[in-house]
Amino acid sequence: MSARSGVRNAGVDEAARSALASACERVDDATNDEQVDGVPVQVVARPTSTEQVAEVMRAAADHQLIVVPRGRGTKLTWGCPPEAADVVVDVSGMDQVLDHAAGDLVMVAQAGARLTDVQQTLMEAGQRLAVDETVTGSTLGGTVAAATTGPGRLASGTARDLLIGVTLVRADGVVAKSGGRVVKNVAGYDLGKLVIGSFGTLAIVTETLFRLHPVPAAQQFVRAPAATPEEAHRLAQAVLHAQVVPAAIEVDWPADGPGEVGVLLEGIAPGVAGRTTTTLGLLGGEATEQSLPPDGWGQYPWDVEARGDQRATALKLTFAISGLPEVLAATREVEAPIAIRGSAGAGVVYGAIPSGTDTGQVAAAVSRLREVCRRYGGHLVVVDAPAAVKESVEVWGPVAAVDLMRRVKEQFDPYRRLSPGRFVGGI
Amino acid sequence: MSGTHGTTETAGPERGKVSPEQTSATGETGKHEARAVAAVTQRLRGVFSEDGMITDRAQLRTYECDGLAHYKVTPALVVMPETVDQLAAVIRACADQGVPFVARGSGTGLSGGALPRADGVLVVTSRMRTIREVRRDDQRAVVEPGVINLDVTRAAAPIGYYYAPDPSSQQVCSIGGNLAENSGGAHCLKYGFTSNHVVGAELVTPSGAVVELGGLAPDAPGYDLLGTVVGSEGTLGIVTAATVRLVRVPEEVRTILAGFRSTDDAGAATSAIISAGIVPAAIEMMDALSIEAAEAAVHCNYPDGAGAVLVVELDGAAIEVEHEFGEVERLCREAGAFDMRVATDPVERALIWKGRKSAFAAVGRISPDYIVQDGVIPRTALPEVLRAIADLSESSGVRVANVFHAGDGNLHPLVLFDESVEGAGEAAEKVSGAILDLCIGHGGSITGEHGVGIDKAAYMPRMFTDDDLDTMQMVRCAFDPDGVSNPGKIFPTPRLCGEVPGKRKGAHPLSEAGLAEVF
Repeated sequence: MSARSGVRNAGVDEAARSALASACERVDDATNDEQVDGVPVQVVARPTSTEQVAEVMRAAADHQLIVVPRGRGTKLTWGCPPEAADVVVDVSGMDQVLDHAAGDLVMVAQAGARLTDVQQTLMEAGQRLAVDETVTGSTLGGTVAAATTGPGRLASGTARDLLIGVTLVRADGVVAKSGGRVVKNVAGYDLGKLVIGSFGTLAIVTETLFRLHPVPAAQQFVRAPAATPEEAHRLAQAVLHAQVVPAAIEVDWPADGPGEVGVLLEGIAPGVAGRTTTTLGLLGGEATEQSLPPDGWGQYPWDVEARGDQRATALKLTFAISGLPEVLAATREVEAPIAIRGSAGAGVVYGAIPSGTDTGQVAAAVSRLREVCRRYGGHLVVVDAPAAVKESVEVWGPVAAVDLMRRVKEQFDPYRRLSPGRFVGGI
Repeated sequence: MSGTHGTTETAGPERGKVSPEQTSATGETGKHEARAVAAVTQRLRGVFSEDGMITDRAQLRTYECDGLAHYKVTPALVVMPETVDQLAAVIRACADQGVPFVARGSGTGLSGGALPRADGVLVVTSRMRTIREVRRDDQRAVVEPGVINLDVTRAAAPIGYYYAPDPSSQQVCSIGGNLAENSGGAHCLKYGFTSNHVVGAELVTPSGAVVELGGLAPDAPGYDLLGTVVGSEGTLGIVTAATVRLVRVPEEVRTILAGFRSTDDAGAATSAIISAGIVPAAIEMMDALSIEAAEAAVHCNYPDGAGAVLVVELDGAAIEVEHEFGEVERLCREAGAFDMRVATDPVERALIWKGRKSAFAAVGRISPDYIVQDGVIPRTALPEVLRAIADLSESSGVRVANVFHAGDGNLHPLVLFDESVEGAGEAAEKVSGAILDLCIGHGGSITGEHGVGIDKAAYMPRMFTDDDLDTMQMVRCAFDPDGVSNPGKIFPTPRLCGEVPGKRKGAHPLSEAGLAEVF
């Protein structure tokens, strides 16, 4: 979708540049690579503190600049391209774990902290943030903004279940917090919920507070082949309704050939051993167990490093859990080849249509699968795709309550300065 | 619980009867408000049958308070809708006339969140009590807001499932109220709160529009308005149906009651259990005074001479529970537990829980009046904060009984006093406020599960800056620019929503451009 009217965009003139430079130590000209999904960027500001982010946003507001927040840029092309991007606010320099209160199972970290570094720090105390790193190199802020999910969501939930506090900078440069350092807390509105999955359109998250979990002493994977969608569903349901407390129930459904259901069991060694035996029984004679993750476990079915037209059309499909067999079956009924992988036990799978696939075929597949997801109370979102595909399909699809969402946006960012056009309904 | 009362001085009404002026929108004249309410009443006569509306003064008074009985306001009108259409008609009528409305489920809330407005309509959801669906394959149930929390579990039991959030009032409290308050309960240590278990809601917005948020499938695209609405204490509209997660009943449940000499020892045991990587379903603590009260009330037969008891519940797969049970037993003994009992069946379990669950009511037997607080502290600060509370109690002469969710640091100090004694109420309020300050000082919260309501609104600025509160109220302005949905709750000072610069007047630019279908 191309640029739209409605954005006041003055561009970065000398005065704006100098305002940005005084707001933050490092302000660089954008390189040619630093586009936002094909949209040219003029300047990259690299603040090192919440206060500097606030200064940058105030300067941007004074000079009517369009801002796109960025962590390490691993998912910057997700969603629709923004209508403009004068300034990228890069928070990757804000990468510290500020406090890990192991005894309280909580931590505070800056938004630019890499998930993998955070896990390393937490591991020293035998703890983890129960968020899967589905895109290598992701920051906490990017993970929150894009609301990525992986296999572990079945047992631990997603970022929305783990984020207990947030510091954000509004479009007008005002710094606000909600939540706090305690897990149980109902004082005030939970602004963390609003920024999760908001794709940088509401505010810039600068600090995050998460609840943590102990690292389980043992884990074991059990997998079983599934020749048909019905078989995959039957296996997933068998484990779901048993009492084996699965940490994950995944399905792998390639573009052709048989699929597979995989189950992760976590806990203490004797417990995992016992539940593995039970799960093997539930999954039938062909089931096998292994201690290491199967190939592709927790990875999206597309190449997350691909850029431009090399990108696959990446899909997120959600549905009531019982919709699984129909969703899987539909992927084989369309012309475009679609590989599916995801959380069969949660009603969320990810799909990939290879780059180079005919755009018309992609559009037809999106439309067909969207209809199936819809029938099961869910959605299909085109997470990322080559420009030609994004122009020919509805990226976000129909969204309920979009008027209310627009009113939220109007409150937080009335001049549409933050990633305008990237989100649902043109937000 | 006649003795519970608030501690506010600046926000909300004084203790006792609240005069209409204090809760009216303008505080000026009641004439305009009375006319507006009369117009709403007139309009709704066509929507409700005779028994769906209450206008009689004496009957209205039966709705003058919720579970926080010290604040009382008689509503101008009570309506009891049975359908979403009726409820939406009420809200539209209120919106048109600028009449405030307050939602009420079972009225068990402890923060005055459902305190009526003298110039407003109280919308009681108790007639919307249908469990619409129980979907085993999807692990979901769809329920109306007046459905009682425990009835969801009862409906799911035949298929081996239950609804996890279990506030101690679960036999009477409603799902709608649970959503409004983001209710927790003893088992949220492991299973989370209402917000973790509600995946969809049908919401009547403050303008009377009916919108779907979330649904049977997870991760609806767009802003997480559902997550925002849950816990917003009825200030963003009224939920008329909720889709909730059902959780598989665990293979094994074991409940341990351990007696300790002191709260320090019990606190040390709690920390040791968590440090060992064990996540029990619940860890509850009671101190000597609350044990004494529970003993007098329900003869729960807790260990003699205990300065504190811990109730630890483990659930999950049988092998794990067995192993963790051994660990918990060892850790409790190491921390100084001198008596331990184990329940393995529901009857024994109920016996252990009886003392804990009756604690609030039991305190009524040892003190004519009391204030319940709901502050939260980081778990590791427990021993320090408990000692500080003991010091406060000693220096002020005000008795404080402690009953709380030790696992997640959610204190429920019960500050005891006798209202008939001159100055006792004020002294109790002072202690109560000092306890909240202790919580805030340790990086905690003023409320873990009871909500801010009208009771703690005045404390919000101690926890949040003006900018924090202003930003939260931007959400309020998006949902309810005219401030008709449960005004006066949560926020000490309302934000003027005003005209948003650049606000769209006509159609969205995309619709105008013929691109509406790209949404």
